[in-house]
Amino acid sequence: MTSDQKVLVVAEHFQGEIISSTSKTINCASQISSQVDLLILSNDPSLNVEASKYDGINQVLVINDDLFEHSVASVMAPVIADIASPYDYILAPSTTFGKDLTPRVSALLNVSQITDIMEVIDKRTFKRPIYAGNAIETIEVNEGQKIIATVRPASFKDVGSSNSASITDMDLPSIDIPTHTRFKGIESEIKERPDLQVASIVISGGRGVGSAENFDILYQLADKLGASVGASRAAVDAGYVPNDMQVGQTGKIIAPDLYFAFGISGAIQHIAGIKDAGTIVAVNKDPDAPIFEIADIGIVADLFEFIPDLLSKLD
Amino acid sequence: MEKILVCIKRVIDYNVKIRIKPDESGVITDGVKMSINPFDEIAIEEALRIKESGNANEVILVSIGPDDSQQQLRTGLAMGADRAILIEHPTQLESIQVAKLLYQIVDQENPDLILMGKQAIDDDSNQTGQMLAQICSYPQATFASKITVTDNILEVVREVDQGLEILEVDLPAIVTVDLRLNEPRYVKLPDIMKAKKKPLEIIDPSLLDVSLEPTGKVLNVSAPPPRQSGVMLNEASELVAALKEKGLLND
Repeated sequence: MTSDQKVLVVAEHFQGEIISSTSKTINCASQISSQVDLLILSNDPSLNVEASKYDGINQVLVINDDLFEHSVASVMAPVIADIASPYDYILAPSTTFGKDLTPRVSALLNVSQITDIMEVIDKRTFKRPIYAGNAIETIEVNEGQKIIATVRPASFKDVGSSNSASITDMDLPSIDIPTHTRFKGIESEIKERPDLQVASIVISGGRGVGSAENFDILYQLADKLGASVGASRAAVDAGYVPNDMQVGQTGKIIAPDLYFAFGISGAIQHIAGIKDAGTIVAVNKDPDAPIFEIADIGIVADLFEFIPDLLSKLD
Repeated sequence: MEKILVCIKRVIDYNVKIRIKPDESGVITDGVKMSINPFDEIAIEEALRIKESGNANEVILVSIGPDDSQQQLRTGLAMGADRAILIEHPTQLESIQVAKLLYQIVDQENPDLILMGKQAIDDDSNQTGQMLAQICSYPQATFASKITVTDNILEVVREVDQGLEILEVDLPAIVTVDLRLNEPRYVKLPDIMKAKKKPLEIIDPSLLDVSLEPTGKVLNVSAPPPRQSGVMLNEASELVAALKEKGLLND
């Protein structure tokens, strides 16, 4: 698909790396137009070259400033709104970063916004999940409207990285930047395993795992398979694992090639987070657990007997 | 602080399994149990706790929706809010329109803090709080899992994809709340009786000078493609073989 319509994608980065949600958003943008620019607001120039490699982009627009050391929506939004005026589309990843930021840009430009694009039907028509993915809405935006949207990373594949797009350094626009919001810190688990939203294999545990210590056996299996580890809301609420491991409607929505659900009953809100997984394997003691209704492979077993057995078969 | 404004939405109860209309024009709501959007209910609870700890004097609820939204406002009043405002509009509006209507109430009431859910569980848009914050030129803290009030500053812990972020914002501010902030109280019968006497003002949105013309349209609402149910296996060795056959495990 080609056109003269210009798309601006806002890059997401964290601690010196561009997050893969950016690449997936570029993929969505490329399905709308061939005129895609990527905007990076950061204080880390090393990101620029990394960003210029993404296939499908024409140029990387960069403002390097200490204002952007942390992603604060009220600081970034007026800068993006200022840069975005010549663009027909502004897209950002539908992550907590993009969801926090994008509506402020929409309000500044007085434009309605689409959350969670999961499919591009045509230039003005998109599919998005509602009711936690229990229904899919197809919406058409009126002609002449600027389109501002967030893109659901689980619905798009990464683009390649064989490009060498030009990098354009821009000056900070001379606009008022508010000082009413101050970043004080972030508690982030040191990640020994692949990120949940990127991993091709994810192993999740539910209330059936029983304790924080018992999650060790899931970590062992994950390390054997090079997998990431997630959890159901029940396991997070029980305090077995931190909240950023939660998979589901109120946690992360993921689409790995292979998903293991151990001791997870399969509440609707969990299923909403794994619907797009390639193959779902469920292991549960309860033969009536709803997870078996959507699993590709189901095994009625005690996970504490099954996982050691599985580990031995993988040797 | 003087006033907390809490924005709530009437939605299909989260326990209801939604059904799609046969003509795919939307979701069936007739005869379906409706409730306060659960994230908004958490926002009401938080406002009440801030008031009960002596850090606020008044909790005001506002909703935009059909006449029946009075039921949800009454529930919020029974939880302990002081008064309520309904901007009566029969159909769903776009988030930017909702934010502009809410701005009119903010302008009128001048709350020190505005709380609402991070998203409504019907359209899952997650936009209104941030849009309202920008229109008001206020700070925002989205996905809040802890709020600490000190003088004219809030410290908010936010549940972000990378972990727990801590932001400090000056008041007035908008905070959108996440699931783990608190557990809302149950409403007791005497409180429901008392809530009937609390003030509930109804406002006609046509008086608020906000364009409610849609900028897009819903072409259809359909069910997601169902997942085929799969096979049941017994042994770990069978699982390994099946995954290898699908090319998901290396030999």
